[in-house]
Amino acid sequence: MEKSAVNGLEHNQTLKKENQVIAVLKRMRRNKGAMVGLAVFLFIVIVGILAPWLAPYPYDQIDMASAFQSPSLKHLMGTDNMGRDVLSRIMYGVRYSVTIGVVAMIISFLGGTLIGAVAGFYGGKTDQVIMRLCDIVQAIPSLILNIALATVLGEGFVNCIIALGIGGIAGAARLVRSSMLSIRKMEYLDAAKVINCPTPQIIGFQALPNAISPMIVQATMSVARNILNAASLSYLGLGVQPPNPEWGAMLTAGRDYISKYPYLTIIPGLVIIITALSLNLLGDGLRDAMDPKLKK
Amino acid sequence: MKKFVLKRLLWMIPTVLGVCILTFTIMYFAPGDPASIILGTTATDAQLEELRESMGLNQPYLIRLGSYLSQVFLHFDFGTSYTTGVSVVSELMERLPRTLFLGVLSIVVSVVLGIPIGIYAATHQNKASDYISMTIALLGSAIPGFWFALVLVLIFSYRLNWFPAYGIGGISYWILPIVSNSFMAVGLQARQARSSMLEVIHSDYIVMAKAKGVQQRDVIYKHALPNALIPMITTAGSQFANSLAGGLLVEKIFSIPGVGNYLVNAVNNRDYPVVQGSIIILAISFSIIMLLTDLVMAAVDPNIKSQFAGSSKRKKK
Repeated sequence: MEKSAVNGLEHNQTLKKENQVIAVLKRMRRNKGAMVGLAVFLFIVIVGILAPWLAPYPYDQIDMASAFQSPSLKHLMGTDNMGRDVLSRIMYGVRYSVTIGVVAMIISFLGGTLIGAVAGFYGGKTDQVIMRLCDIVQAIPSLILNIALATVLGEGFVNCIIALGIGGIAGAARLVRSSMLSIRKMEYLDAAKVINCPTPQIIGFQALPNAISPMIVQATMSVARNILNAASLSYLGLGVQPPNPEWGAMLTAGRDYISKYPYLTIIPGLVIIITALSLNLLGDGLRDAMDPKLKK
Repeated sequence: MKKFVLKRLLWMIPTVLGVCILTFTIMYFAPGDPASIILGTTATDAQLEELRESMGLNQPYLIRLGSYLSQVFLHFDFGTSYTTGVSVVSELMERLPRTLFLGVLSIVVSVVLGIPIGIYAATHQNKASDYISMTIALLGSAIPGFWFALVLVLIFSYRLNWFPAYGIGGISYWILPIVSNSFMAVGLQARQARSSMLEVIHSDYIVMAKAKGVQQRDVIYKHALPNALIPMITTAGSQFANSLAGGLLVEKIFSIPGVGNYLVNAVNNRDYPVVQGSIIILAISFSIIMLLTDLVMAAVDPNIKSQFAGSSKRKKK
């Protein structure tokens, strides 16, 4: 009897969730900006995955004889101070920049979900304590917190991801907590409690899936923010180090030649902007699609 | 209202204390031995040990934390720089006004430009002007501030020679830093203003005001704007954090001797007292701005004030 009740509950939820997902996707398909954002971002990711086959040159092939060549048919985005092909480096750079953005977001949201879900689900004192701790962490502007963490961890690809990931936990926790609060009093959670469902299971399988939509929007945007912050860290010498072709590191390396060879700074910047823009467009579209009230 | 201000002020104390503990703890784990940073590579082991002992570096974590906190809170002393030997507080106090000037002016620009752009877009929804202004706003929120600063320097300093590329001085020195530091905030503010205006513009009381024959101008500025203002104030407050943090890179690019530049150089030199002090000062400045934001919000929105001042213990989320 109990089991069938649970099954029924879960069945209804999956049905509702599927319908919601389809409805959201359908609404999003009508949003041109979101579709453009999605297409551009997928294109960038595919270029990154296929970089070894698509890139015209190896990203680290030094050729001093052809250093500082302006964009031409041979080198579509020109060459840098060591004669390396900028286009190839940009293509390989996807693997660094987008991976940093995505993995750091996953770390932030895993940590944030754990903390925020506990705070939002239990409420009361637990919530108060956790949220006050988040207040303290968030009193330090995020880039400054990232800089402090990166100083301790040291530079490099993995450390940059960890610094950005940890830095984003408090923000993600606050978000998860507020969406958990909104569903805390729902009857289906009481029902799950009544049938003696273990609390972690209620949080993980009943509550979280219903609180996830604002998280998806923020997660998309936070990938963009992480890519921007990773570039800032590289600029300060705390992120990915040259000769690795992370976009921020490339931009930073180009800075020394900006007055004579501005394309070395401008091109990586434009690529960062296009990526961040596509993710923001996608995030906007998702938000509109999930909350049709806003899009009147 | 007094009770609200007092409660909000008191809440700043544990926040600042927490920030100090957090910053100290993060820096406690930083690699490198302060004694060898100060004395350099030529020092003997005995000299290093002596300095460690006199600086209390051999003490356990809690004792060092305790003495740091008492130093900061009771004597307002952040120690001295490892590399220059100058008091961190005196350096910070000299530099803070420039950083705040940059941060505050960037936010003022973002409000003065962003909100009217957002209102204009909302009142011309789905028209060409809406799309154009929102595209620019969207672009603004995706541009790395320091990259934009470099491009501005390239165009307006190196090519056109209109503004100086770095340093401080008259107003012309501040234009490029402020423009580059506020561009992102203008974009975000415009988007926020547009969406919160759109939310109220479709409410019944706006339809009612229009039906009564209130002029379009009054409908927007007297009926809609006050109700849409709260999210905009929040955005302005939270953008201040971004503009303080982004200001770091902008200060570095334009060689402005502010707190950000001080912090960035200290990070590179592993000058930890300076890093700690700068982070704490920036966090305190940010907390004060958030306090002011909350006070302005309370003045605009009575709901918030009642949450603090009422009998309920629940704090604003």
